Amino acid sequence: MNPLIESVRQRFPDAVSAFHTYRGDATVVLRRSFIVDVARFLKDDPSLAMNYLMDLTAVDYSSFGKGPVPAFFASSGVSVRPSPRVQDEDAWPGPPDQARFAVVYHFYSLTHKHRLRLVVPLDEADAELDSLSSLWPGANWLEREVWDMFGITFRGHPDLKRILMYEGFEGHPLRKDYPVKKRQPLIGPIN
Amino acid sequence: MPVELNPTIESSEDLETRDMLLNVGPAHPAMHGIIRMVAKLAGERIQEVEVEIGYLHRGFEKMSETVDYNGVIPYTDRLNYVSPLINNMGYCMAVEKLLGIPVPERCHYIRIILSEISRVADHLTCVGASAMELGAFTVFLYMIKAREYLWELVEKVTGARMTVSYCRVGGVKSDLPRDFAESCRDAFKETRKVLRDVDGLLTRNRIFVDRMNGNGIISAEDAISYGITGPFLRATGVNYDVRKDCPYAVYDRLPFDVPVGTRGDNMDRYLVRMEEMEQSMRIVERALEDLPGGPVQVHPETGRPVPAAEIVDLAKVGNIAAIADDSAVTCPTLEGSGRAAHSSIAADDKRVFLPAKEDTYGNIEGLMQQFKLVMFGHGVRPPRGEVYFPVEGANGELGFYVVSDGTGNPYRVRVRPPCFAIMSALSKILTGDMIADLIPTFGSVNMIGGELDR
Repeated sequence: MNPLIESVRQRFPDAVSAFHTYRGDATVVLRRSFIVDVARFLKDDPSLAMNYLMDLTAVDYSSFGKGPVPAFFASSGVSVRPSPRVQDEDAWPGPPDQARFAVVYHFYSLTHKHRLRLVVPLDEADAELDSLSSLWPGANWLEREVWDMFGITFRGHPDLKRILMYEGFEGHPLRKDYPVKKRQPLIGPIN
Repeated sequence: MPVELNPTIESSEDLETRDMLLNVGPAHPAMHGIIRMVAKLAGERIQEVEVEIGYLHRGFEKMSETVDYNGVIPYTDRLNYVSPLINNMGYCMAVEKLLGIPVPERCHYIRIILSEISRVADHLTCVGASAMELGAFTVFLYMIKAREYLWELVEKVTGARMTVSYCRVGGVKSDLPRDFAESCRDAFKETRKVLRDVDGLLTRNRIFVDRMNGNGIISAEDAISYGITGPFLRATGVNYDVRKDCPYAVYDRLPFDVPVGTRGDNMDRYLVRMEEMEQSMRIVERALEDLPGGPVQVHPETGRPVPAAEIVDLAKVGNIAAIADDSAVTCPTLEGSGRAAHSSIAADDKRVFLPAKEDTYGNIEGLMQQFKLVMFGHGVRPPRGEVYFPVEGANGELGFYVVSDGTGNPYRVRVRPPCFAIMSALSKILTGDMIADLIPTFGSVNMIGGELDR
């Protein structure tokens, strides 16, 4: 097993609900109440020293595997199974059960040059998570973007407001139920 | 006659002062038309500044979910539109990681050569534009001239200057043209001359140095905590370059140095970028030497070159034997993607990459392969999974996070735009500086709206 996953599991046995190393990306699936503690541990522990919060994003898994079928023969596309030469420790476990959203963190350590991904599944009814902006000021804008695009609230965020869309925009465009062709023009036609 | 002063005012400290709110942009030339900054000024000092982005949001990530895997590539061109080849490469390598397919070595080299040319073009634009904003218009013209030479190179290979869409999942569109190595040498000669001139015009120029030195400072700790990467981070003295620290493609075989600064101010960022251009050219020169198959791909002209339409006609009547070894003469944009070049630019996987045109026109297997990849609802289908793949963009770590649900469309494509992190730190960097420093500091961010707002 990947030593990064191992140390997170040993330190927080209750927090880790699943883990895998798919295509070499070490991933830990966390229960949401632990995110700040785990992130602080990743940052401060000298053997991990994850000083970078490289990326913070989310995925809406509500239509996973049931996308609209574009044509009657659509299922005849040839899917690619990776060649047996590719070393894969684990199979990808699939989207989180039940939960609609997954907030995805990518950490990087400058000293050890290793990466770790944390995934926190969130229910739609209760899409709230603690903010990491006290640990990494860079999380401020990233969390604003996730809120803007997915409507996931970050508790303890200093100024959670829209960042890419404008004030007054309705809905969260990267949710799968937001129609691609929906328009919300700020300025309508004359008359 | 002596002027009677107001006796109650003894020093300027007794004068009433008020903070002033100054709105810069989005319709301000230095803000590229897409950034708004609201600065709170005390005299000329910036007390606070609020940075507002999103004016160029086009829904890249949403649109990516509606097209197939190769259909995302034109959208990636429009992320960092000054160095689109790096975005192409990053996205394709992320999908290739998901697919688990290796690409030929020559393809890696071609991608690296074009990425590094793009990086030089990107830095030229950044340094040129920010020098222009400080009044050095000559520098801007010189650097844009050099960029033009490089874009001509890019055009020669890809057929377009900016929206290149050159990489494909599993390879590149076509091989390098015959005279690429010579043109590259000539373009670099001109670029180096421009860099020497610019170095002479700027590096010891009193006006330029005074404007750049000691402002826009960020410490290494702060830069790391904001997630800043690329030249902006390296100017603070942190030696982090994805090409060195997490080498991808064949960067580990190419010798180059990573320049780092010490003070993290505007001047250091300028110097780091100037040196990186030289290092990028060094990479390209070395890569051209090492290019498997030689610097100029030998196209073994098997048989006679036949117009593609003729091949199609002969194939339709079943005269396969007559055209088996012919090379198809196609539209110039397809040059270098024929059968001779195909095996060295594309992954050896029929489920991923289009066949050579001779096969598409000349036999049923090729035709089926082509249709299976381009027909609506077909195309590349990676297995279910998620991957993150970082490359070194011109502004820093450019990461693609791709989630696949096993269908022909990506389930989620997320870009980690390198200048997003820098822009989020901008308000901290600017606070305490003079209002005039806003321009060089913002210029040194190399904010590219396409990747910032997506």
